[in-house]
Amino acid sequence: MTHTLGRPDFDVIAAWVEPGHRVLDLGCGDGALLKHLIDTRNVHGWGVDIEDANVLAAMRNGINVIQSNLENGLKDFADDAFDHVVLSRTLQTVRHTEGILREMLRVGREAVVSFPNFAYWKNLRSVLDGRMPVSEDLPYQWYDSPNVRFFTLLDFEALCGQMGLTIVERRVLDESGDPVSADADRDLNFLGSLAVYRLTRPR
Amino acid sequence: MPGQSVGAVEAQRIHFSEPLPLRSGSILPAYDLAVETYGTLNAAKSNAILVCHALSGHHHVAGYYADQPDNIGWWDNIIGPGRPLDTDRFFIVGLNNPGGCHGSTGPSSINPATGKPWGADFPIVAVSDWVNAQARLADHFGIDRWAAVMGGSLGGMQALRWTISHPERVRNALIIASAPKLTAQNIAFNDVARQAILTDPDFHGGHYYEHGTRPMRGLRLARMLGHITYLSDDQMGEKFGRELRNAAFSFDYDVEFEVESYLRYQGDKFAGYFDANTYLLMTKALDYFDPARLDGGDLVRTMARTHRDTNFFVASFTTDWRFSPARSREIVAALLANGRKVSYAEIDLNFGHDSFLMEDPQYHGLVAAFLGNIKS
Repeated sequence: MTHTLGRPDFDVIAAWVEPGHRVLDLGCGDGALLKHLIDTRNVHGWGVDIEDANVLAAMRNGINVIQSNLENGLKDFADDAFDHVVLSRTLQTVRHTEGILREMLRVGREAVVSFPNFAYWKNLRSVLDGRMPVSEDLPYQWYDSPNVRFFTLLDFEALCGQMGLTIVERRVLDESGDPVSADADRDLNFLGSLAVYRLTRPR
Repeated sequence: MPGQSVGAVEAQRIHFSEPLPLRSGSILPAYDLAVETYGTLNAAKSNAILVCHALSGHHHVAGYYADQPDNIGWWDNIIGPGRPLDTDRFFIVGLNNPGGCHGSTGPSSINPATGKPWGADFPIVAVSDWVNAQARLADHFGIDRWAAVMGGSLGGMQALRWTISHPERVRNALIIASAPKLTAQNIAFNDVARQAILTDPDFHGGHYYEHGTRPMRGLRLARMLGHITYLSDDQMGEKFGRELRNAAFSFDYDVEFEVESYLRYQGDKFAGYFDANTYLLMTKALDYFDPARLDGGDLVRTMARTHRDTNFFVASFTTDWRFSPARSREIVAALLANGRKVSYAEIDLNFGHDSFLMEDPQYHGLVAAFLGNIKS
């Protein structure tokens, strides 16, 4: 299966947004996801990134981009300003995990979070073999990784429960970006390389 | 430096005979504006960019004069063929604002009512007055909508004011190293500068032209103070440190440290060509600027007056403590609260407030990218 710009989570996210929605993409990089959502779903998009090169690339892509550090929260954004707040493959790089999740659901009606699953069987095998995993979804060496949090689907769902967040939908993808299905969560946790969640909070 | 200079340029002077009502309630009966343009206005008149100047700026934004090759425009590094404000594509307009001292009607011009220089009688002009004068300049060129209005510092305030006063006439706004209003600290700096001028014995209540004098000492001090606030501590440290002009202390009050020498030079140079009354007017325009005042101080409500299709680019500089990044972010937050199309960059440059005049790949790359998104 081919995926948009080689990013399978983009297709999952595109299917969750409606035309005219306001979308905020945290850690937007060069703005590829927003550009995809604007082109295919006609959304209004804003991105946030801290890196100079990403801000410049997003600007060149015609994306509204705000240079800001996610660790400091989203204080420039008003409550309920967005329909969707996306954190694509970025949660594992943020130190204040609970803070950013809370902030996402303050400024947005829905949070969309994708992250690499540390419990994916190839990752586990790698650790059993004595080496930290390097894969399609964890593409860094341990010494140059921007990732500061390593967690699994089950860990994430436990945190959502603890924080009182509602999981509306979940998509689990394998290393080639194809959907994985299994009856038991434990099996999904073992088979999935990347997870994409759609979250809300009770209001 | 990528791109080229616009080369030799000429200034023009345009007369406006329709009186300009001012924010203060006064009326400027008629006025001239000194203007320069670069590039060619297209048939649809849709490619015009207005560049607004800051405290000490004017209409000579880019290029040089054929008879004064060293007199290079104050923002030359960003304007020209292949530069971010690409004159192969855009028609760039620079002007000297009313109240200025570079060819537009100001305190040193003749007051038609008295036949003498206006001096202190020149009415106090606000940022909104400048924007209204600029709107008439747009009319003069037949420009209904600017492709972009751009400015740094006080110039950024004019760009911001444009989007509030004439929202339908601005397709893109670049607001750089600016603020939605001054802080108490900022007003305090301006007041010290004004006091230096007002208490100079050569000031004569603003009518020094008639006395054949100029309040050079006051203006010099005002500029020295201002200059310190435009630089960063780090930059001054790197540039001057504690370097002495002579090896040993001289134990007197002459120039000893290099930084003193530099500041005095800057002060003398400025006092040599700038008009003190204009300096007073410019600092008052800064102090009064507060577009949210009419909305009970609520900047979010004020920014609701902007046009939903206008694209904003707000930029600040990490070492700018006179117009700090936090002040730019206030503008960004108010625009975001209204769902406006805004981008914001915090540029890591070491030149304090003056960073906005510097050439930097990230900074100029962002300006070029933002303007590159403008559809022809």
